[in-house]
Amino acid sequence: MKSKDRNYFKILRAGINTTYQDLGRNNLYHIGIPFSGAMDKRNFQLLNSLLQNDYNSPVIEFAYQGPHLKYFGKDIFFCISGNVSFKIITKEGVIDGNSYQCYLLKNGDEVDIHSTNKSVYGYFSINGTFGVDYYWGSCSINTQAQIGPNNGNKFSKDLEIEIIDINNSFNKRKLDYLGSTIENIRVIKGTNYDYFSESSQNKFFKESFKITKLSDRMGMRLEGPKIENIVDPNIKSEGLVKGVIQITSAGDPIIMLSDHGTIGGYPKIATVISADYDRLVQLTPGSNIKFKDVSLEDAETLYKLYQMETNNIISQIK
Amino acid sequence: MIKNILNLGDAALYCDFGNDVNQEINSNVIKYFYHIKKLNLKGITNLTPSYNKLIISYDLNIHSFLSLKKKIENIEIKENNKLEKNLIEIPVCCDNNFALDIKRVENKLKLKSEIILEKFFSKNYFCYMTGFVAGMPFLGDLEKDMRLKRLETPRVKVPKGSVGITEQFCNIYTFETPGGWNILGNTPQNIFDTSNQSNPNLVNPGDTIKFHRITLDQYNEIKR
Repeated sequence: MKSKDRNYFKILRAGINTTYQDLGRNNLYHIGIPFSGAMDKRNFQLLNSLLQNDYNSPVIEFAYQGPHLKYFGKDIFFCISGNVSFKIITKEGVIDGNSYQCYLLKNGDEVDIHSTNKSVYGYFSINGTFGVDYYWGSCSINTQAQIGPNNGNKFSKDLEIEIIDINNSFNKRKLDYLGSTIENIRVIKGTNYDYFSESSQNKFFKESFKITKLSDRMGMRLEGPKIENIVDPNIKSEGLVKGVIQITSAGDPIIMLSDHGTIGGYPKIATVISADYDRLVQLTPGSNIKFKDVSLEDAETLYKLYQMETNNIISQIK
Repeated sequence: MIKNILNLGDAALYCDFGNDVNQEINSNVIKYFYHIKKLNLKGITNLTPSYNKLIISYDLNIHSFLSLKKKIENIEIKENNKLEKNLIEIPVCCDNNFALDIKRVENKLKLKSEIILEKFFSKNYFCYMTGFVAGMPFLGDLEKDMRLKRLETPRVKVPKGSVGITEQFCNIYTFETPGGWNILGNTPQNIFDTSNQSNPNLVNPGDTIKFHRITLDQYNEIKR
């Protein structure tokens, strides 16, 4: 490609844990590869809907602090989802941007994504397609197993993000959406629930747990009342799914997230329901959470309601 | 052969084949795994076989627990279905630089290192499962007098290619990762190949592994 025909972003600052993500890769647990994919699927979906992209188009995910990008190429629109503070730097001046609104970028303009507010993950994309390689049907970067584009590594300074396709019939769109937070994390009791003493079972649901800094795309470590195991601190290693809450030998809960190890040997006290996963991953270290017990039937209904709510939000894009 | 099907959260079936760890139960898990994989059922998003469990993840938009449970319960697999097995040879170098825990293993097992390695290399091992990190095979079984616990304090970084033992099992570290297994050597062979997307794992559940010992020169030769 001739350089004058190129459309690309140059990364002036990479931000924290900035990666490509899409819906992730299926049917690879048996060889040790987790789903990966955007942590907050609702914000992923909203972003691609706002930009009129294919529902599984790659986006750029960042945590806490996003990248500072400089654009080179013909006119393009970008949009950011999540609760994010960012500035758009053009020849005319600097403006503060709003999430869920599309903005025009011209050659030489910059987007500086300062931070996510009271949340962890934000998403950036354009009315077009990033030039990414696919691994097992997905461009999601799994840094732990070094799978995905950019040799499976997170973004670094000076990296150039190629754009291979721009949707020229795109009309600027926006959404009035304030995001959705959650007070209690709803769970279904786990397969080893009876490994724990009755008083610990009660504490698990009555007391609150603090999210520690040892939290990333693989898992979220919590601290709070120690959960006492009265059977065996280990089980024979078996499969895990995202949302599973294991109790370590030290008595602390650890929640499996999208890049988790596929098998594990700690007993499972509970599993976060699918309807609450997107909001769980957005809780920042230092936050306190409480678990609430729900039935499997309720969890299935709550998921349907959550999906309906997402579709309802998408229908309000104008 | 499945004793019981429970739910693991709201989007996975937890198929229980028993509590013991042995090749008979595990072979049943693997037979189910390959059978269901071949059926290519819509909405199944992952299958995770382990020693004695099979976890089936599904898309909640397509299945509910009860409907999928019924489908799985109606699957019939003949007990005498033969499992496909490959015999795979893997070279291992036990040079002092690689055998990180040989002294500890000598002390714990009260055996001389040469005896330990002779015993280790004299057996074929069965692959129960792969996972935790991409491609890591869980192999068994070690002789009773070769069994010991994991390290009290796990290593923060176990070098890629390390071959370790714990209890009745051995494994190969396919990536540099934290871990607590007793390391006896290192293989120059790539066990997980990201660039081979159709078959990235050298070792798959049900396969048989034969380790053979190589010198440091041979190790460097293969590595080159």
